Amino acid sequence: MKKAFVYILILMMFLLHQDFWLWDDKTLIFGFIPVGLFYHTLFSIFSSGLWFLAIYWAWPLREEEDTEDSEANS
Amino acid sequence: MTQAVIIGGYLVLLLGLGIFSGRFFRGTSSDYFVASRSIGSFMLLMSVFGTTMTAFAMVGSTGEAFRVGIGTYGKLASYSGLIHSACFFFVGLKLWELGKRNGYLTQIQFFRDRFQSDALGYLLFPILVMLVVPYLLIGLLGAGAVVKGVTRGAFPEFFIATNGAIPPWLTGLVICSVVLCYIFIGGVRSAAWANTFQTLVFMVMGILAFFLIAKGLGGLEAASAQADESKMVREGNMTYLEFFSYGLIPLSVGMFPHLFQHWLTAKSAKSFRLTLIAHPVCIMLTWVPCILIGLWATGVFPEAKPNAVLGMMVAEFAGPIMGGLVTAGVLAAIMSSLDSQFVCLGTMFTQDIVIHKFGKGKFTDRQIMNMARGFVVVIVLVTYGLSLLEPRQVFSLGVWCFSGFASLFPIVFAALYWKRVTKWGAMAGVLATVIAWIVLFVLSDYGANRHFLVLGAQPVVFIFLSCLVSLVVVSLFTKAPEDEILAKFFKKVK
Repeated sequence: MKKAFVYILILMMFLLHQDFWLWDDKTLIFGFIPVGLFYHTLFSIFSSGLWFLAIYWAWPLREEEDTEDSEANS
Repeated sequence: MTQAVIIGGYLVLLLGLGIFSGRFFRGTSSDYFVASRSIGSFMLLMSVFGTTMTAFAMVGSTGEAFRVGIGTYGKLASYSGLIHSACFFFVGLKLWELGKRNGYLTQIQFFRDRFQSDALGYLLFPILVMLVVPYLLIGLLGAGAVVKGVTRGAFPEFFIATNGAIPPWLTGLVICSVVLCYIFIGGVRSAAWANTFQTLVFMVMGILAFFLIAKGLGGLEAASAQADESKMVREGNMTYLEFFSYGLIPLSVGMFPHLFQHWLTAKSAKSFRLTLIAHPVCIMLTWVPCILIGLWATGVFPEAKPNAVLGMMVAEFAGPIMGGLVTAGVLAAIMSSLDSQFVCLGTMFTQDIVIHKFGKGKFTDRQIMNMARGFVVVIVLVTYGLSLLEPRQVFSLGVWCFSGFASLFPIVFAALYWKRVTKWGAMAGVLATVIAWIVLFVLSDYGANRHFLVLGAQPVVFIFLSCLVSLVVVSLFTKAPEDEILAKFFKKVK
């Protein structure tokens, strides 16, 4: 269930990336950052949050595949 | 002159670090190629992030923002934050696990094993090498442009043709020599150490440059107020479809051979966690300052060439000492990619061609490492020669290079997630990618036409689709792989 939620979030983030509503908006946030750039800066921060959730809720490897094994097979 | 001294000092420091990290080198080819799979979380983040950020990120992003405005961040950087981490998560982790279990050192070893095909390896090798060459070129062109920009008038008696600036041919020669020196000493381990140091340098220096330039322009608000308003929006600078279609380009990280090699250096899967989370924010910290500097440059140097914008802004507003340090930061970004690419090319040549053909027992570890070094020197000489020819804009060249890698992504994804994919499907995918890439590259006047789109979308869409359709159709019409082969790569095989 949590895994599915993470996958839906990834899809939603992809859709939220298409911010056509800010296409011609010249507003400056804090007086210097164009809003189109500000939106995508926040998007980057939320992407980090998304991958934080993915690690805890949708880790793709099994426990036994995770172990440290320096020099193994190398 | 001051800038040149600081840049020289930085390169000496980097060489010192390379020699120091070489003390940890264990003398084996495994250590040279994958650092004995011992790299921890922080160093993995720094080396993966440093490797993906090159002249494209600093010189290219500033130049592209200067040319088409702030949409540059959305079409590449914020997309990359999401999609790069997705590639690390869905592809990188699985390849790390398979690499550790089966002892792979290169991407081609994985593909050969997964598809049970020697021919696929021989087909992929020259294609991957030829796609890495423009990536190397981006670094050399970017370094040359920035150093030339910040050293204008420094050596009027030596470099008359460039108005006293250090010419790009000299910058390229010096940085190639420095990177070759330290990777020859310790292979991928030295590259990881150097990347960690250089990534910290370029992130700090990029932010520093941003504030110094803002101060020079009278503050953040004044800096934006004097910029060209038309570059603060995407309207008139790019189309919806163009913006949307850029989303395929970050998939290139799934097929970068040098990144594959960095993934294999991880001590454990848990080492990836920090990279997954921090990568989007690291991209943001590097790109946002560059985008704003490019935007501000539209008001300061409206007639400048895109590749030269960053160097010119730094030279104009940062002062000689800070200008030198910031330039060292830009070179750090560039060299942190070059080193991994150099090591990777050597690894591929020895593992995928020499050892694969003649067998491992025929050569000592030292001979293998020396062959890797020799091949790297040949490729570097070729790339260096190409950098002396007519230069392309760093951003355009980067997009073409990444489009090629991104279009091969369906092959690695199918290899990991689709049991029905066959070696014939994979080969058809590779060939379709090559043909589509060459046709569109020629139609774009060999990358010179910066506005080249196909039906309004980035060429990558059509190259990617050529690969995907060929891969799927040919796989469905050819014999499915044996269950015992699949059992090696999938948890559940009937």
